Amino acid sequence: MDLAVVDLSRLQFALTALYHFLFVPLTLGLSFMLVIMEAIYVMTNRPIWRTVTRFWGTLFGINFVLGVATGITMEFQFGMNWSYYSHYVGDIFGAPLAIEGLMAFFLEATFVGLMFFGWDKLSKVGHLFVTFLVALGTNLSALWILIANGWMQNPVGAAFNPDTMRMEVVDFGAVLFNPVAQAKFVHTVSAGYVIASVFVLGVSAFYLLKGKWTGFAKRSMTVAAAFGLASSLSVVVLGDESGYALTDNQKMKLAALEAMWETEPAPAGLAAFGIPSMADRETHAEIKIPYVLGLIATRSIDRPVEGIFELVAQAHDRIESGVVAYGALETLKANPQDVAARAVFEEHRRDLGYGLLLKRYVADPRQADAALIEKAAWDTVPNVPLMFWAFRIMAGVGLLMIALFATAFVLCTLRKHDTRWFLRIAVLAIPLPWIATELGWVLAEVGRQPWAVEGVLPTFLGASSLTVAQLWSTIIGFTVFYGALAVVEVGLILHTIKKGPFAQQEEFDPQRAPGAEAVA
Amino acid sequence: MELPLDYATLRILWWALVGILLIAFALTDGFDMGVGALLPFVARKDEERRMVINTIGATWEGNQVWFILGGGAIFAAWPFVYAVSFSGFYLAMFLVLSALILRPVAFKYRSKRQDPRWRAFWDWALFVGGFVPAVVFGVAMGNVLQGAPFRLDGDMRAFYEGPFLGLFTPFTLVCGLLSVAMLVLHGAAWLGVKAERGPILDRARAYGTIAAITSVALFAVGGLFIAFGPLGFRIEGAADPFGPSNPLRTAVAAAPGAWLDNYGRYPWMLIAPALGFLGAAAALAGLWKRSEPLAFAGSSASTVGIISTVGLSMFPFILPSTIDPRSSLTVWNASSSHGTLFIMLLVTAVFLPLILIYTSWVYKVLWGRTSTEALTTNPDLY
Repeated sequence: MDLAVVDLSRLQFALTALYHFLFVPLTLGLSFMLVIMEAIYVMTNRPIWRTVTRFWGTLFGINFVLGVATGITMEFQFGMNWSYYSHYVGDIFGAPLAIEGLMAFFLEATFVGLMFFGWDKLSKVGHLFVTFLVALGTNLSALWILIANGWMQNPVGAAFNPDTMRMEVVDFGAVLFNPVAQAKFVHTVSAGYVIASVFVLGVSAFYLLKGKWTGFAKRSMTVAAAFGLASSLSVVVLGDESGYALTDNQKMKLAALEAMWETEPAPAGLAAFGIPSMADRETHAEIKIPYVLGLIATRSIDRPVEGIFELVAQAHDRIESGVVAYGALETLKANPQDVAARAVFEEHRRDLGYGLLLKRYVADPRQADAALIEKAAWDTVPNVPLMFWAFRIMAGVGLLMIALFATAFVLCTLRKHDTRWFLRIAVLAIPLPWIATELGWVLAEVGRQPWAVEGVLPTFLGASSLTVAQLWSTIIGFTVFYGALAVVEVGLILHTIKKGPFAQQEEFDPQRAPGAEAVA
Repeated sequence: MELPLDYATLRILWWALVGILLIAFALTDGFDMGVGALLPFVARKDEERRMVINTIGATWEGNQVWFILGGGAIFAAWPFVYAVSFSGFYLAMFLVLSALILRPVAFKYRSKRQDPRWRAFWDWALFVGGFVPAVVFGVAMGNVLQGAPFRLDGDMRAFYEGPFLGLFTPFTLVCGLLSVAMLVLHGAAWLGVKAERGPILDRARAYGTIAAITSVALFAVGGLFIAFGPLGFRIEGAADPFGPSNPLRTAVAAAPGAWLDNYGRYPWMLIAPALGFLGAAAALAGLWKRSEPLAFAGSSASTVGIISTVGLSMFPFILPSTIDPRSSLTVWNASSSHGTLFIMLLVTAVFLPLILIYTSWVYKVLWGRTSTEALTTNPDLY
């Protein structure tokens, strides 16, 4: 395989996935906020709440299409750029993607049109139900995508079949109820709710600072404060780490984001600061807070958190066992009936992926010497400094969000919506949760390296047999195209915010001008 | 666990299901693409264009999911096909993706500003979003019939050995143009049932007529290629419908004319090509007699017939290989495992009917022609 093609494929996937995830979390959260706002409208019957729902609905729509449009790329990119991956794990990985289409995406896409065009064609409760179905669809969509992604992090319920040379499902229930997938789902949708809350809070604060549409803005702010507080607590408390004790790679991920080289006696301390160095294999200038990591990672005070050196030693053993599995598989490829080889393969099958790690250096892993095996074992360590800092920024933003929404909640409860210092902070805070969620994905995916599927398929084996020229054409194409769309989208959102919540009614129905709405 | 359906039956069911999904895509998103491709021609002023766009404005999004679902279903049911074809047709896929990304954005963003240049740009994007995928899908179908230059190694890694321009041969171009004609006819028929009567409908009728005639002619030309051209593959010896999905264990050879074999063996399959022709003829009659429902039923039947013809002619082949026939992918050797096919069948059996029910309900709520009056009074319209 051509490593340049692998690196470029990774670059393209990272770019398109991170870009896609600029829009998705806002869709996830805003859809449910629309349900809340519209429910208040249906219950109180006050037109201002209809205006609230419709204005945020307009912004939802502008954002939604880009989420959908860039999602198409994601669905097809596995086959285009990760052809061997698609073959190797398609038997398991394809199913949640297809179910996502059947159960979730169809629901949201079919009803989103009715949500925008059905205001006059449905009863109030009927329309609210349609809005709810859109929210349900978007969130179910996240569930299935994260079941797929969770399987890449913790590939349960599947085994390698030498006859077809791929992984196949043995227990679909295990794939479905994968604890890593569940932790990811709760964490990710909560993050989406935080993003939407920050967006609504920030834009409302902007209106209040300008003294415009204050009745509208106060109501929106109250919804955002309550929803945001609940979500920001959930995103931190139900963090992703709960799954980190489960598997070797998840343990490695934890050790890497803590830059923890040596196993520490329980309960381990959390590094508040440090400068990790891959070359020296240690962390300089480290400041530790005792006990905290052990509590977070193991939910106990007596279980140790394993360090990088120990995990690399374990990987070393698994690579040696994987080489045996590889040898048995080669025999089986030549003669599928070889009983002895099959027995050996069965015994070492779970380490086959580790043996494949050597393919980065030798075509036939059986030729690898001790030095190469040691090198491959160290390949199981992801980029420690990147993990270390990405985690600290993400978690820091998470804590800031709790503070932000707690303050907002108190101020809204006291009816002090016009506290100017806070309004300024709320506007400035808008980009923060986006930074945190993008870094969250960096942690999840960079932290999984060198694996495409943990312990099963190294990333470098997953790529398609493409040329560097083909990859550059699509990377440049996507960058230019996506860049232009981002400019247009941000422009439209700002334009809509500037025109304000009553622009549409003024244009089409002067009788229902702002004043009439606000007092009604 | 003993599954209640055997592997071969499930493989045939999934072949039929993937076909149904692709046909549903062509039937629903097909008219959206046709309308997009017709947009600059049937509508000239901004108001006319808004009328045309709003005939599909509320429903194109759901329709497009058939495409996404088709991709997902191919991934889940035929991982080999997903892996080989999407990476093999790499730049063509990128072209389709770009066009399909442009389309949702164009629908949503066009109406957000009054500036004529802004709107003209998004009109162009809607045209591209309809026309380009229509051509590429047709060309892709042509390449599937013709076989693709790929081979699998012992690890099942796929290698594709052909340039992008190699996708375009006289036969695949005929398929590409047929696809455009078929979808333009379908789009024109849709405008017939959904747009307000007037100049737009008259123009749609004219373009629809041309498209129907072209469609019949190109479908016939395609048939001549199949009968007399160097197209077709055959499995040599016996294929095991119950065997593990390993393409390299089937012997295959190129056999010109073999795409007609199935019609000799199962004459009922001739219904498909017949429907392709008769449907287009019915559509033509509908356009002629100004019977819009007949035109739409005809264009729908023609679409079903033409796509089914491709699948039935090739069965059990899905994607033959020209450079290494042994690597060819068939219904028997390229599917997911028995368990996955069964679970996915259960999920589909539950959700596909639900989708059909709520989609019909949404169409019912939005039933009726888009009116010029609504464009000025309803602020929700694009």
